[in-house]
Amino acid sequence: MSSEKTDPPAAGAAPILPPSTGMPTLHKAIFLVLLLFLAGLPFMVYPVFAMKVMCFALFAAAFNLLLGFGGLLSFGHAAYFGGASYIAAHAAKEWGFTPELSVLCGTAAAAVLGLIIGALSIRRQGIYFAMVTLAFAQMVYFFALQAPFTGGEDGIQSVPRGDLFGLIPLENNIALYFFVLAVTFGGILFLYRIVHSPFGQVLKAIRENEPRAISLGYNVNRYKLLVFVLSATFAGLAGATKSQVFQLASLTDAHWMMSGEVVLMTLLGGMGTIFGPPVGAALIVTMQNYLATFGAWVTVIQGVIFVIGVLLFREGIVGVISRWLKRPL
Amino acid sequence: MFELLGIPPQVLMGQLLLGLINGSFYAVLSLGLAVIFGLLNVINFAHGALYMAGAFVAWMLLNYLGVGYWPALILAPLAVGIFGIVLERTMLSRLYHLDHLYGLLLTFGLALIIQGLFRNYYGISGLPYRIPSALAGGHNLGFMFLPNYRAWVIVASIIVCFGTWFMIEKTRLGAYLRAATENSALVNAFGVNVPLLLVLTYGFGTALAGFAGVLAAPIYSVNPNMGADLIIIVFAVVVIGGMGSIMGAIVTGYMLGIIEGLTRVFYPEGSSVVIFVIMAIVLLIKPEGLFGRAA
Repeated sequence: MSSEKTDPPAAGAAPILPPSTGMPTLHKAIFLVLLLFLAGLPFMVYPVFAMKVMCFALFAAAFNLLLGFGGLLSFGHAAYFGGASYIAAHAAKEWGFTPELSVLCGTAAAAVLGLIIGALSIRRQGIYFAMVTLAFAQMVYFFALQAPFTGGEDGIQSVPRGDLFGLIPLENNIALYFFVLAVTFGGILFLYRIVHSPFGQVLKAIRENEPRAISLGYNVNRYKLLVFVLSATFAGLAGATKSQVFQLASLTDAHWMMSGEVVLMTLLGGMGTIFGPPVGAALIVTMQNYLATFGAWVTVIQGVIFVIGVLLFREGIVGVISRWLKRPL
Repeated sequence: MFELLGIPPQVLMGQLLLGLINGSFYAVLSLGLAVIFGLLNVINFAHGALYMAGAFVAWMLLNYLGVGYWPALILAPLAVGIFGIVLERTMLSRLYHLDHLYGLLLTFGLALIIQGLFRNYYGISGLPYRIPSALAGGHNLGFMFLPNYRAWVIVASIIVCFGTWFMIEKTRLGAYLRAATENSALVNAFGVNVPLLLVLTYGFGTALAGFAGVLAAPIYSVNPNMGADLIIIVFAVVVIGGMGSIMGAIVTGYMLGIIEGLTRVFYPEGSSVVIFVIMAIVLLIKPEGLFGRAA
């Protein structure tokens, strides 16, 4: 056995720095600039739009944890996003929970759902894994359509925004904006931390060479399940937060189209990069916003972006910038 | 009249028939997926959209050109198959050297484009397609009424399924195909034109989807969303059966259609999710699928 065989695999398109070095200055600077920009954003654009972008940014980042860093393509992430939004909306409306508890409820539900579906799905690999997750998500969708508390085609409407911690009213869009900013920004920072932890390194090893990771003694399935649950949990956090913003949980959030959209955001921004999925999310949500009047053309355009992205632009926007700068982003 | 568990036989037989019809579509569609996957290693997400396109081509032939059902049963699959060949040549063939997941993503994008375009031009309300006059009406079998067209759908799907099975398992072309599935580089070295085999396979698989679409047109109304939800169920069927064998895909398709029909009789609330529940159980007991080979 040669010594170089035990070395970590050579860095791929998006090399990850060793966990011990802490956050590189470049990343710190980007996060700081981003935070300052976001703090000023609600005074420049419509706050609800900005909140929507941030929710989807967290959703895409959570999805990217699974696809970009775990190497697992789930085609059913709408189940956790939508499922959590239903539970959070129900908790806020029927049980009278405060916003933070409602969001927590939704997120916990997504984690449980992720644990069940993940445990079943990781029994198949590759392309089958994608189909299995899609099928289970469709099951969740049918459940949302038929269950007594979900309101069928109408969804759960006019969910009260309530008072944060029972103290701060969130009726005001600006107040809600900073709550959403804290949740989503904190979520993305947490995901960043996961990727750059020893756990993240093991994930990378499994993604690059699963048999070798097994031979090194790692219980690969346990790592896969954990990353699946983490990804589902943060997708749920995003969905639960979105239901508070729009005061609505609807079938759209649980539909397979939503699962496809988060794949598209991640692909467009750059899978396996830290900043790519949020960039992709911002672009797609903005596009949907401006093209909303064109109806089904939005679907066509998204399809075209998918096709072009897969054929010509597999690195994604941030992936290309990362290659130019020769730095992981 | 006898009753089974308090269910009148007419209801039971009616739902069984409906299940068998659904099973026919599951079988033809999962067969197409299995044929494509076997050789190309691509899960064709556009399969549902191409099924829908097949139904629309039949509708357009009738309404724009006055071409009836029987010619459409040949022409529409041909048109969809040629479209599939174009897709394979221009796009899909560029992805064979990459991770299989890119094939899935590409065909997902194609499905969005096809569905979106049809939705733009034809809206989401269904368009009617008349049952051909030769198959109108039905027979009273004593215990149930059997519409002729539905009987034809079942017969036609069985003929197509077993024809495909025969071609792949018993003919020389099928032998090349199976050999290329095992080791395409070696078959290529033996002088078989594998790229041609790939494009024909994709064309044939998509033509099967188009054929199913024409069959479906008189039963379900022709609408842009008809393939979208169906394809996800077919994916579950494929996971349950495993894509290792052609016969497996066929048998699983019919079997699950019948199980779904029975569920609609005994526990209607569960009929939309029963296939997914079976998928979960199969994943627990035999993850490689009922007819699958260990991965």
